[in-house]
Amino acid sequence: MDMEKTRLPERDAHEEVPRLSALDKRLLNEYQHGFPLIQEPYAAIAGEMNISEDDVLKALERLKTLGIVNRIGPVFRPHTVGWSTLAAMHVPQERIEYIASIISSHPQVNHNYEREHELNLWFVVTALSEEEVNATLNEIAEQTGLEIIDLPMLESFHIDLGFALS
Amino acid sequence: MMIDDQDRQLIAALEGGLPLCKDPYGEIAKRAFMKPGEVLSRLNAMCERGIINRHGLIVHHHRLGYRSNAMVVWDIPDKKLATLGHAMAAFPFVTLCYRRPRRLPVWPYNLFCMIHGKSRVQVEEQVLIIVEKLGLKDIPRDVLFSRRRFKQCGAHYVSETPPNGKHPPLLEKQAV
Repeated sequence: MDMEKTRLPERDAHEEVPRLSALDKRLLNEYQHGFPLIQEPYAAIAGEMNISEDDVLKALERLKTLGIVNRIGPVFRPHTVGWSTLAAMHVPQERIEYIASIISSHPQVNHNYEREHELNLWFVVTALSEEEVNATLNEIAEQTGLEIIDLPMLESFHIDLGFALS
Repeated sequence: MMIDDQDRQLIAALEGGLPLCKDPYGEIAKRAFMKPGEVLSRLNAMCERGIINRHGLIVHHHRLGYRSNAMVVWDIPDKKLATLGHAMAAFPFVTLCYRRPRRLPVWPYNLFCMIHGKSRVQVEEQVLIIVEKLGLKDIPRDVLFSRRRFKQCGAHYVSETPPNGKHPPLLEKQAV
């Protein structure tokens, strides 16, 4: 793998938090769930808030540009649309960036974090089927020569309403 | 079979999110080769059947200043797991709460929750609130703070070979 092209992790500890307007906060607090499922959803939100559709679209555009809103869309209950697992590895510290870049290069890997633990690299593999998830884990084990601890979700206790801003 | 090929086609078309325009579902319908009404009726059906947990803005905690995140793991006696799992999920700062398998001897924990906070100290305090309120002082736990984020993006469900064998022109993979 070309180390030059290895994506370094984001250095965001010192990034400033963008200022949010009252409209931004309302959009973030009220539309993380229950986003209108009707033909003109932004017009419906505008109606709720007594502002123009254009203002709603502009505010959302800005929140997306700022990286605060990743996207607008459905979040699926785990293991309904596809399969996923959480995997953990112990990686020697001097190899962690290289190993992480191998793992991140798989399109099935959608989260990949270094954590403070002897098992120091944690990643989530998501695919259409359990077979595809297992095949990806096997491939990663082969590419890295490291043991993977596979920790699939067995039960969810969480009711997903999005993230409450304090 | 919980969802059919048409649902999958729709899910793939939605992967990059709803566009910001007057009729976003109409736009998605074009990408998924469906009638606009079909998109809405399928999304409504998936909500009703609990396949869709929620539909709306997907927010990036980090950019909002919630920069400390910890995976808190617990070794809970199996009999108490469901009760404690539901109780833990109810704390507003707990963003996920799952049962996962123990992998002995290396991994003794069976309950995982995720806490996002503005600082490490705040997250540590929140862990202690859980311990206190649920009476978990004697339950072994570990707190795994995140150090570096190498990758984070939406789940990617597009099959390399779609069910109908052809790639619609607009069905591009999400940039990662």
